[in-house]
Amino acid sequence: MAVLDILTYPDPCLKQVSAPVERFDDGLRRRVADLEETRLSGPAAVGIAAPQVGWFQRVVIVDVSGARRRKNQNHGHMVLVNPEIVEWEGYAVGREGCLSVPDYTGNVIRAERIRLEAQTPEGERRFYDMTGFEARAVQHEMDHLDGLLFLDRLVSRRNDLFRRKVYQSEPPKG
Amino acid sequence: MNHWYMLTLVGADRPGIVAKVTAALYDGGCNLGEASMMRLGGNFAVMLMVQSRDGARALGSLLEPVADSLGLHMHVDAIEGRLHQHAIPDVRVTVFGADRAGIVAQVTGALAEAGFDILDLDSDVAGSADQPVYVMHIEGRAREGIDAVRSALAAVSREDIEVEVQPIETMIG
Repeated sequence: MAVLDILTYPDPCLKQVSAPVERFDDGLRRRVADLEETRLSGPAAVGIAAPQVGWFQRVVIVDVSGARRRKNQNHGHMVLVNPEIVEWEGYAVGREGCLSVPDYTGNVIRAERIRLEAQTPEGERRFYDMTGFEARAVQHEMDHLDGLLFLDRLVSRRNDLFRRKVYQSEPPKG
Repeated sequence: MNHWYMLTLVGADRPGIVAKVTAALYDGGCNLGEASMMRLGGNFAVMLMVQSRDGARALGSLLEPVADSLGLHMHVDAIEGRLHQHAIPDVRVTVFGADRAGIVAQVTGALAEAGFDILDLDSDVAGSADQPVYVMHIEGRAREGIDAVRSALAAVSREDIEVEVQPIETMIG
């Protein structure tokens, strides 16, 4: 087990697209353990993606169970290998920060509800349905796998927050 | 030695204010930090952190010609502030209603009582001249928790204004 260095913006490596995991072996599981140790070693991060530590494979860890007011309605600790969003619905604006972008938080629009297909570190295929904060965390981490940061998706802190949630199916009246 | 200054500029809005002011600062060897600038009631207001090797007086002389040419009032203060001091807000308060005197004083008075520190406030007067509507967004830190903010604002929102209190949960990943 080891705490790894976190790449921070503007390191160009963070723009790299990560490759799918093909071998589900002990080597993979050791690297996952290092990634988790790294997540837990810093400020309270609910997720981490492999490319943030210079490991350019499609692996993310998310665990929102410790976040305030999020004791219910989440999947606890998830290691998601080769994750894909297969369905999504709705939009919500929420505030995000990132281990790779110290001292900055900003508003980002994410899907409110997602259905996710991913593999476990043992290679088993799983489906997850999630909403809100947990869905946001997963989308944030999955962006890293495609070389995107929340900076790429920032929306204004002003003006667009009069209603926090804007659902695609319910356009504003007026 | 480089020192930070807070530069404030206010004047009637017109095209080119930001470009001309920041070009003068760049040409004068200054470095810019964080800024908030906005159009308020047909005026343009600039609050800008400027780092300069020279003193406040030199900074003033550097900017005086451009401020004069744009009709801007200028103020320069040496500040103790520095970068990388962000505080993350945990509560957002939205207030709206028919405009009347006292909304801001009542709301922010209640917030102060409830241990709420304002980090960011912006407000607009919308509607029309005969039926103005006041809209205000406040973000801050609720030192005594969001329930304290909710109960303090309940008394205010009972009257003619709508007050909404929402947690801001920052997702760090």
